[in-house]
Amino acid sequence: MSELSELYQQVILDHNKKPRNFRKLESANHSAEGFNPLCGDHLTVYLNLEDDAVKEISFEGSGCAISKAAASMMTQAVKGKSKEDAEQLFTSFHEMVTSDLDEENVVERLGNLKVFSGVREFPVRVKCATLPWHTMHAALNNEALVSTE
Amino acid sequence: MATIEKSVSIERQVNTGFDVQRIREDFPVLRQTVNGKPLVYLDNAASSQVPQVVIDRGSIYLEDEHSNIHRGVHYLSQKATTAYEGAREKVKRFINARESRECIFVRGATEGINLVMHGYGRKFIGAGDEIIISAMEHHANIVPWQMLCEEKGARLRVIPMNDAGELLLDEYDALLNERTKFVAVTHVSNALGTVNPIKRMIDQAHKYGVPVLIDGAQGVPHMLVDVQDLDCDFYAFSGHKMFAPTGSGVVYGKAALLETMNPFQGGGDMIKSVTFEKTIYGDLPNKFEAGTPAIASQIGLGAAIDYLHTIDRKQAAAHEDELLRYATEKLSAIEGVRIIGTAREKLSVLSFVIDDIHPHDIGTILDQEGIAVRAGHHCAQPVMQRFNVPATARASFAFYNTKEEVDVLARTIERVVEIFS
Repeated sequence: MSELSELYQQVILDHNKKPRNFRKLESANHSAEGFNPLCGDHLTVYLNLEDDAVKEISFEGSGCAISKAAASMMTQAVKGKSKEDAEQLFTSFHEMVTSDLDEENVVERLGNLKVFSGVREFPVRVKCATLPWHTMHAALNNEALVSTE
Repeated sequence: MATIEKSVSIERQVNTGFDVQRIREDFPVLRQTVNGKPLVYLDNAASSQVPQVVIDRGSIYLEDEHSNIHRGVHYLSQKATTAYEGAREKVKRFINARESRECIFVRGATEGINLVMHGYGRKFIGAGDEIIISAMEHHANIVPWQMLCEEKGARLRVIPMNDAGELLLDEYDALLNERTKFVAVTHVSNALGTVNPIKRMIDQAHKYGVPVLIDGAQGVPHMLVDVQDLDCDFYAFSGHKMFAPTGSGVVYGKAALLETMNPFQGGGDMIKSVTFEKTIYGDLPNKFEAGTPAIASQIGLGAAIDYLHTIDRKQAAAHEDELLRYATEKLSAIEGVRIIGTAREKLSVLSFVIDDIHPHDIGTILDQEGIAVRAGHHCAQPVMQRFNVPATARASFAFYNTKEEVDVLARTIERVVEIFS
């Protein structure tokens, strides 16, 4: 079960159990909803964007361990970043979980988000990991709804 | 009713006399390994596997008979037509229709229901009319009727169910009234396994002169179905859930109703004559079969029916009952596992959730052990809402499954619980 333990690493299981920034953000000035109609994952990402920087970010919703942990760790990674840096992180994350390229600089940019690299061995789960990111991207760009099917 | 009686369940503890190992040899797909483990295929409610004889029949068609049907004077076309119409004859006997022209070939239950919605619904249902469906329908038996209601200004009424996943028949009786123009219910719930008392429900609707469509996608693979005995007006099912290839399926309809209905799709093969001024539609069943159908698949459906005749279906049903009982017992004993759907009349489907573990994660871990289950909403989102779960994991059985496979399932679910503890 080695690929499995790659997928369900302790840190992912921990974020699934105790998701960080898991609440509605009262001060949000941007938000978007994300759906994965295939498996029923559903989340809302809230952003407080000031001077093009992510001052606060939170999420709520329901989903599998991968999507929940991805959302939780995304909020930690993106908080305090500029809009541009947040988008760049999304691109790198997406590359990591969809391609075999193990470009060191991509992984380096991602810091502890690299625990999700195991997802690429499970193609049907890629959408679980990227749903929160697509949703954040939508919130940043004032799109209300995304669906990953 | 000629469906397999539940009395077989009483004999659960006794050896069912069903030689499952011999049956398994008929299904080549079951021999493979997945992730180095023997395949444990428990997704039969989504699509069942195909026996060698059905595969061979498809090959024979493609090697020796392939050509278009109903229109060629040449040898091959006649051969193909004979095989295709032969399959229809087999379907007729399989569900005990009065005539083979009452068995319309469609791509699956979904297309069958849509055919009835377009052909019957759009012609005979109007503003203020009511259509009754149930709370446990597959999206295929919800969405077409919703579309019709929206188009015509008709109203969709829904028979509720209890916490076990059984329809509330008193509520059904109360919903029927002079505005009711159609009833569409499932024979067996794909998400819960509930077997509905459709004969009684059909009788009740007929008291109001209301026609009834049965979604039989999960019925025919497990039960003997007699459409005359049921007296249903329409019965739709898919070939790929009953050991035939995808693209095959049937909607049965009483000839008198089919005659009055509008065609479904327009095109070749469904006409008697065409001029730019007027088209005269063909007779049954051609009227509903525009264009070239899935000939190989439908011939495969005929072969699957032949195959089913070679096994003792009462024994097969008893074996499936026993698998369901055994799996329910094993999974219920695992801490945190909750079974969704505990109807008294139930078959072949075991939907479950585990506290704090999403079904998608369960599905991935089971897959690593070679176990195929469905994780998700099973195209029955209202059922998920009714039970207040986002999704479930679902193991669904066919007669080729074994108790040993249930043991592997139970062991792996224990491992899932361990990983997430």
